[in-house]
Amino acid sequence: MNIPIEAIRNHDDDILLCADGISLSFGKNKILNDIDLTIKNGEIVTIIGPNGAGKTTLIKILLGLISADHGKITKAKGLKIGYVPQKLHIDPILPLSVMRLICLTKRHSRNDVIDALKESGVDDLIDNQVQTLSGGQFQRVLLARALLLKPDLLVLDEPVQGVDFTGEAALYDLISKVRDKHGCAILMVSHDLHIVMASTDRVICLNRHICCVGKPDEVVQDFEFKRLFGQRSDAFALYSHFHDHEHDLQDGGSHIHDDQCNHNDNIQNPKDKNNA
Amino acid sequence: MLDDFLIRALLAGIGIALITGPLGCFVVWRKMAYFGDTMAHSGILGVALGLLLGIDPTIGVLITAIIIAIALLLLQNFKFLATDSLLGILSHSSLSMGLVVISFITWLRVDLMAFLFGDILAVSRFDLMVIYGGGAVIITILIIIWRPLLALSVDANLAKAEGINIKLYQFIFTMMIAVIIAIAIKIIGVMLITSLLIIPAVAVRKFSKTPEEMAIFSVIAGIASVVIGLFLSYEFDTPSGPSIIIASFMIFSIGLLPFIGRKS
Repeated sequence: MNIPIEAIRNHDDDILLCADGISLSFGKNKILNDIDLTIKNGEIVTIIGPNGAGKTTLIKILLGLISADHGKITKAKGLKIGYVPQKLHIDPILPLSVMRLICLTKRHSRNDVIDALKESGVDDLIDNQVQTLSGGQFQRVLLARALLLKPDLLVLDEPVQGVDFTGEAALYDLISKVRDKHGCAILMVSHDLHIVMASTDRVICLNRHICCVGKPDEVVQDFEFKRLFGQRSDAFALYSHFHDHEHDLQDGGSHIHDDQCNHNDNIQNPKDKNNA
Repeated sequence: MLDDFLIRALLAGIGIALITGPLGCFVVWRKMAYFGDTMAHSGILGVALGLLLGIDPTIGVLITAIIIAIALLLLQNFKFLATDSLLGILSHSSLSMGLVVISFITWLRVDLMAFLFGDILAVSRFDLMVIYGGGAVIITILIIIWRPLLALSVDANLAKAEGINIKLYQFIFTMMIAVIIAIAIKIIGVMLITSLLIIPAVAVRKFSKTPEEMAIFSVIAGIASVVIGLFLSYEFDTPSGPSIIIASFMIFSIGLLPFIGRKS
C-alpha cells in the first residue's frame, strides 16, 4: 500500500483512481488520517464504517468536491465518474421532471433515457416530477442517470438510504448487475457494518483511518459468517466485522490497543500493524 | 408620448419585470432571498456615496452591491459565522451607514423615500435606456448559462462532480443580481426589490411543470404586478415600490385559491 503512485501507475494501466496518504482535519478534529486507496478497472470496492467515520468526506475528496489537507489523488486520464450522492434533496419550489433531472449536465435522447430507466425498472416515471418519487424510485432514477454518463467508475454513497428492506435487496441486486453489463468499476459506501454485497471485490473498513482491507469471501470464510448469521438474501453476503480493539471517536478515532489486540491475519492491516 | 411620466414608469417597470422573472426563479431555487436582500440594502450606502461623489446613484448602487456580494462570497469561506448571521450583519450595517451618510449631506435635498421605496416620477429616458440595455445583457447571459446554473441550483455537489465550474456560475449570477438591484432602484427602491424577485416566482410555481415555464409565467406575473401597482400608485399617490409589491401579493394570493384544501 505504500508504493509510490508513479510506481503503481507505471506497472498497472488498470488503475482508475489512486489516493495516497489522504488526511483532513476540521480544527483539532482529525476526520481522515493517512488514507491510501486504489480502484482498478471493473472492480467493486465497498467502504464500510460507522456514522462519523469520514466515509462521505472521503468520497467527496476522491471526487474533488473538497480538498484534503495532505495527500494526493491521481486519476486515470479522461476518467469518467458517475456519482450518486448520499442525499439529493430537491426543493418543491423547483419544478423538475425525471427526464430533466437526468439531462441536467448532459443531454440525452428520450429513447436513451427510457432505456436507462428501464434497466433500473422505473421507465414509467420519466415524466413524473422528481418530488413525487419515493426514496427507492429516486435512487433508481439517480442510478440510471449516473449510468447514462457511461462512467468508468460509478460512485454510490449509501445507495440504499431511505429504502425499505425489500427495496434494499432489489437495489443491491441491480447494482451488482450494473458492473456485469457496463463493465464499470464501482465504489460504494455503506454505514452498515454487517451487510456488504456478495459481489464486492474488496471491503475497506474505515473509521477515520483504514482499519482493514480484505476480500469479503476471505472474511466470510474466516469468520464463518453463515454459521453466525445465515443467508438473508441472495443479493447479500453477510460480513461480520469484529473489532478486538476499541475505537474512540472523541479522540479523533485513534485505536486503543491492548496486548490481546489481534487483527485478523487474512485481512491486510496496513496501518494497524504499525500502530500495534 | 414618452414624455408622459406614467408611460415611462410603465415601460421601466415592464423592463424590470422581464429581468426579475427568470432571475427571481433562480433566487428562490437557490434560496438566496436574504442574500439578495443584503445586497439591495447595501444599495442605500451606494446612493449616499453616489451623492457625495457626485456620480449617478445607479452607479453607486451597482458598485456597493458588487462589493458586498464579493465580501459575502469571501466571508462564507470562513466557517466561524453562520451565513444568515453574516447576512444580517452586512445587510443592516451597510443600510445604517448609508442612512447616516445621507443625513450628513445637508447641502442637498435628498428624497430618501424615493430611494428606499421607488418613485414613478423619477424615471428618465436615460433610466429607460439603462433598464433595457442592462436587461438585454442580463437576459442574454442568463440564456447562455441557463443549463449549468440550473444544474448548480439542483445540487451544487452533483454539478461540481460532473465537471461544472460552480464558483464561476455562482459569481456570474451574483453579479447579475447586483445589476438588477442597481437598475431597479428608481422604480422599486432598495427595500423591496427582493420581493419583486421572489413573489412572482413563487406565485406561479404551482402552475409550472418545467423550470422554463416557471420563468416565463413569473415574467407574466411580474408584468401584471408592475402594471397594476403603478396604476394604484398613480391613482392614490402612493409610493410605487410598495404598490407594486401589494399587487404581486394579490396575484400570489389569488394563485393560491385553486389549491386551498388540497394536499401539498
